[in-house]
Amino acid sequence: MAEFTLPANSKVKDGKKWPAAAGAKRAKAFRIYRWNPDDGANPHVDTYTIDLDDCGPMVLDALIKLKNEVDATLTFRRSCREGVCGSCAMNIDGTNTLACTKYISDIGGDVKIYPLPHMPVVKDLVPDLTTAYAQLSAIEPWLKTTSPAPDRERLQEPEERRRLDGLYECILCFCCTTSCPSYWWNGDRYLGPAILLQAYRWIADSRDEETGDRLDQLEDPFRLYRCHTIMNCTKTCPKGLNPAKAIAEIKKLMVARQ
Amino acid sequence: MNSGNRPLSPHIQVYRWQWTMLLSITHRATGIALAAGSLLLVCWLLAVASGPDAFAAVHGFVGSWFGRLLLFGWTWALLYHLFNGIRHLFWDAGIGFELPAARASGYAVVAASVAATLAVWIAGYMSAGALG
Repeated sequence: MAEFTLPANSKVKDGKKWPAAAGAKRAKAFRIYRWNPDDGANPHVDTYTIDLDDCGPMVLDALIKLKNEVDATLTFRRSCREGVCGSCAMNIDGTNTLACTKYISDIGGDVKIYPLPHMPVVKDLVPDLTTAYAQLSAIEPWLKTTSPAPDRERLQEPEERRRLDGLYECILCFCCTTSCPSYWWNGDRYLGPAILLQAYRWIADSRDEETGDRLDQLEDPFRLYRCHTIMNCTKTCPKGLNPAKAIAEIKKLMVARQ
Repeated sequence: MNSGNRPLSPHIQVYRWQWTMLLSITHRATGIALAAGSLLLVCWLLAVASGPDAFAAVHGFVGSWFGRLLLFGWTWALLYHLFNGIRHLFWDAGIGFELPAARASGYAVVAASVAATLAVWIAGYMSAGALG
């Protein structure tokens, strides 16, 4: 059942203010969600003001600058800093995206940064993705075959390979899944857009021989059909993919096989 | 690692309203409103069946400014739900998922539902002779 308010331990309070360095010409405020598992307090939003003249162009540049120069306790995931690893997915300026590919200059006013929405928080901007990863393993994201292994690779026509375009590029950052109101309300049983796009990536693969089994696993009022084509997933995907369309293709296959 | 007291990150409180979610929740809200509106329709029909006095009472309420406002709202709810339902049928066929197409069809649904609602009411008043 949908819970529209946050539990008592999750309500967000006002936090500390960290002023800009003296002589800052282009000051910009970053309002960042903080939660420390060790102090027993509620989450709060700290405000850090930094000089954009002394900072790289991306939101991740600002976060790294803050961690290095202002507040070493600020905690977030990052790795590749170029949009291929998916680690720095977070809610920036109200929508989910990757901090490393989001320009600070695209954001008017204060830069508000929260963890990916409706997830348990490990610390600060680090969400607990355990459930999402368990859902990924549930769809068995690998090539499954029944025919004897050939002497060489299992081949594909170029046309068959093209069907995987727009699917294989997913970096599993979970921006889409955590933008989905259906996943907010039913994330314990609904697989969510990222995992369903992965499921379709294997269903659509001409080399996979377990399509029927895969569809059987998804034929469920919750796992697949909590998708109501809200389209927040496609709207927010930082890689420009279309999970909503992938889910629609699965639904079409469900109808076609009846 | 203690995972029992982890807070839930903010969701609807911080997510910026998108046209995607706005049109979707409006579809659901109009559906609920129509279910409620069909109850009034049933009352109206029951009143017709029970006789002139009962009908006069219900008809008096429906014809009042408040009743007409409700009917106007339900007219729009019906037409929005109808047009957006057609949009969903295209989606069910796998058509119209690219963002520009989805946005255009969404705005078209809003514009068409408003225009059709006004057309229905203007036509209704004209046929009742209330407008020149």
